[in-house]
Amino acid sequence: MTSLAYDRTIQLGGEGRAPGWWAMVWTIATEAALFGFLLFSFYYLGSQSRSAWPPDGPLKLTLSLPNTILLILSSVAYMWGERGIRAGNQARLRLGLFIAFLLGLAFIIIQGIEWSKQPFGAGDGAFGSLFYTITGFHGAHVIIGLCMNVLVQIWAARGTFDRESHLAVTNAGMYWHFVDIVWLFVFASLYISPRLG
Amino acid sequence: MATLAPIATAPVERLHDTWEARPGLYGILATVDHKTIGKRYLVTSLVFLVLGGIEALIMRAQLTHANAHLLSPGAYDQLFTMHGITMIFWYASPVLSGFSNYIWPLMLGSRDMAYPRVNALSYWTFLASGIFIYTALCIGQAPNAGWFAYAPMTLRTFDPGLNMDFYALGLIFLTVSTTVGAINFIGTVMKMRAPGMSLNRLPIFVYGTMTASFAAVFSLPALTVAATYLYFERHFHMHFFDAAQGGSPLLWQHLFWMFGHPWVYIIVLPAMGMVSEMVPTFCRRPLVAYPYVALSTIATGIIGFGVWVHHMFATGLPGVSMSFFSGASIIIAIPSAIAVFAWIATMWLGTPVWKTPMMFVAGFVVLFVIGGVSGVVTAAVPFDWQVTDTYFVVAHIHYVLIGINVFPVVAAFYYWMPKITGRMMSETLGKWNFWTMFIGFNLGFFPMHISGLLGMPRRVYTYPASAGWGSVNLITTIGSAIFAVGVLLFVINIFVSLRRGAYAGSNPWDAGTLEWAMESPPPPYNFAVIPIIRSRLPLWEDQLGDATPGLIPGEGHSHVSEGVVLAEGRETFGTSPLEAHPLHVLHMPEDSMFPFLLAVAMLGTAYGLVFSLWWLAILGGVGMLACLIGWLWPRHLVTGERA
Repeated sequence: MTSLAYDRTIQLGGEGRAPGWWAMVWTIATEAALFGFLLFSFYYLGSQSRSAWPPDGPLKLTLSLPNTILLILSSVAYMWGERGIRAGNQARLRLGLFIAFLLGLAFIIIQGIEWSKQPFGAGDGAFGSLFYTITGFHGAHVIIGLCMNVLVQIWAARGTFDRESHLAVTNAGMYWHFVDIVWLFVFASLYISPRLG
Repeated sequence: MATLAPIATAPVERLHDTWEARPGLYGILATVDHKTIGKRYLVTSLVFLVLGGIEALIMRAQLTHANAHLLSPGAYDQLFTMHGITMIFWYASPVLSGFSNYIWPLMLGSRDMAYPRVNALSYWTFLASGIFIYTALCIGQAPNAGWFAYAPMTLRTFDPGLNMDFYALGLIFLTVSTTVGAINFIGTVMKMRAPGMSLNRLPIFVYGTMTASFAAVFSLPALTVAATYLYFERHFHMHFFDAAQGGSPLLWQHLFWMFGHPWVYIIVLPAMGMVSEMVPTFCRRPLVAYPYVALSTIATGIIGFGVWVHHMFATGLPGVSMSFFSGASIIIAIPSAIAVFAWIATMWLGTPVWKTPMMFVAGFVVLFVIGGVSGVVTAAVPFDWQVTDTYFVVAHIHYVLIGINVFPVVAAFYYWMPKITGRMMSETLGKWNFWTMFIGFNLGFFPMHISGLLGMPRRVYTYPASAGWGSVNLITTIGSAIFAVGVLLFVINIFVSLRRGAYAGSNPWDAGTLEWAMESPPPPYNFAVIPIIRSRLPLWEDQLGDATPGLIPGEGHSHVSEGVVLAEGRETFGTSPLEAHPLHVLHMPEDSMFPFLLAVAMLGTAYGLVFSLWWLAILGGVGMLACLIGWLWPRHLVTGERA
């Protein structure tokens, strides 16, 4: 509990989130809805499809499954770094951010290889169009998350953050975890769900 | 606890210097003052109202009699599409954002919105997307497939020009504006209320815009997704809506209406909220059934997500699905009826004072009931089949959107303009304004029900004399001309009041909510001291005493002219979401060019994408990234705020 020097009548609670934290929460909410509608389209057209869905049989898991694990590990690394700054440990923050960045970068590179190996293009029927649009939207979000990560790394290197004040780390982290969790839904829909039918 | 500092000691000079935008071009482009942004929103959306109105009048001239050839079919298509999207997207929602932006911090006892720079971005992207969509009209390639743009006629095969590319990209662009604006409203209602303004003391207007903002956050992405598919299908030969390639035209309809029906509530709930502010003021008593009106507002927002298929009853969906959505569409009438009965009861139990805003509000209630009834009947599937795509639906949408949006908006201008400009609008002209609009509207739009039942389809550029629709159409055209005269009187009244209106003083209507506490127009810092709130109607506590709603006996009264100063820079309180306990002192951002530059970069990208100038699109993208980095760069390494 702190009180204001120039007026002693209002006691400040001190608990509670900063406005910027809420801004990220609602940004993530609207982005989650975006992916919800993308996946709705996937299931809707899949359920209406008269031909094989996907056209060439279920997508291979050779690259995509390990890649999924990379992305999860990236989130774990970020979390580890963020816990570091909560304890005031600058070095751990920087290391965690850097590892998260490398794993995220690896994900996006492997995703590029995955795109080049598909037997269908974006213009080859509804499945192809949806596949490239949905993974493309997700890839764009990964790249935005990586940009945030780089910014946070730069600020961390300048010693911007401390135990109390590191909203940018928290916000970029929430976004990064969101991008990872939403990938699990994308992966489950595009890669796994056609195997269940 | 020490005594509160009296207002006389508030460093008003310092507050003024801290909060006022810098003079000159920089100040104009960089200001983040919610009042300036609100005024810009209001003026810009009125410009779009006039543009959309002119488009409508040209169409009415064409439809005055059978076999008219004032317009070619192609030009008519562009006009009805531009009329629809202008009114629905670039007028109806932004005008409400304008009022919310201007009024919210004043009503909530704050010095600004939660994210002032986001607020500026929201305005600049609104303006830029409007310029973008009207570029299409200027080059003769305006959107031309109706405001809901059903596939497959929007695909390149059937619509080869740039028309629908402008539509898709323009709507995505506007979505950015609306989404960031909605997040700003939500953040503001959660964090920026005066100490003590708990949820049960929030004005209904705040509930209205808050519910609309939640609906926007969750529904707008459906439009973004649909418009992205449309652009991809048209530009990159992808397949989402083309049935021959495994797509489905119904995918567009589902996505569009999953967005589109919540959108209806986005453009009416804040307007209904404004009505719930004006009715108590002019009936001289608190709103009847306040908690039920607040809850019905939220309920409408939620149920609004479950009714989209009623736009698709004629597409051959399974009977079970239609029954469900028909039921939901009928049920949504209940929360609306609660609000209507609350207003009527407030008028019944109060003593109505028939100033111009009250007349528009009463007119609104009449039109809302008519539009509501024509809505409930079309929720019944067999009736809907009979009138789908006829003028009956056109009549319904206009009763709903003009009745529930335009009438409350005009009322709100008469009500809040004295606060915004410091001057009253003319009552005499106002009465003329009301009667011409009310009579013109009903004369123009009621006959559309009849032409619809006679079988006249919407969106036909002309009709044969043998159809027998000539006289109803003539009456409709005369009515719309009278309505247009009413709108003209309204605009004239605004301009006259700016120069010759009587001075308003702080509270010309003797209203009870907080925005009437400070002088008119409000100073840049809104409140010299941050008020402390103990009831729902802080300015009526003297009159109502212990009967003031929201007042807890023994907790004391609201302090409006006494309180905490907060003048070490741009400061205001951050409060807790439910009880509005003060948690921390927020340091609000300074003016910034980045919102404006970001909108310019987005406009560049949009032009690049529509004209396939990829270098321009990429340049815009790089510009956006640069603006965002500059925006986020921590200037004063955020002080003392917990993450």
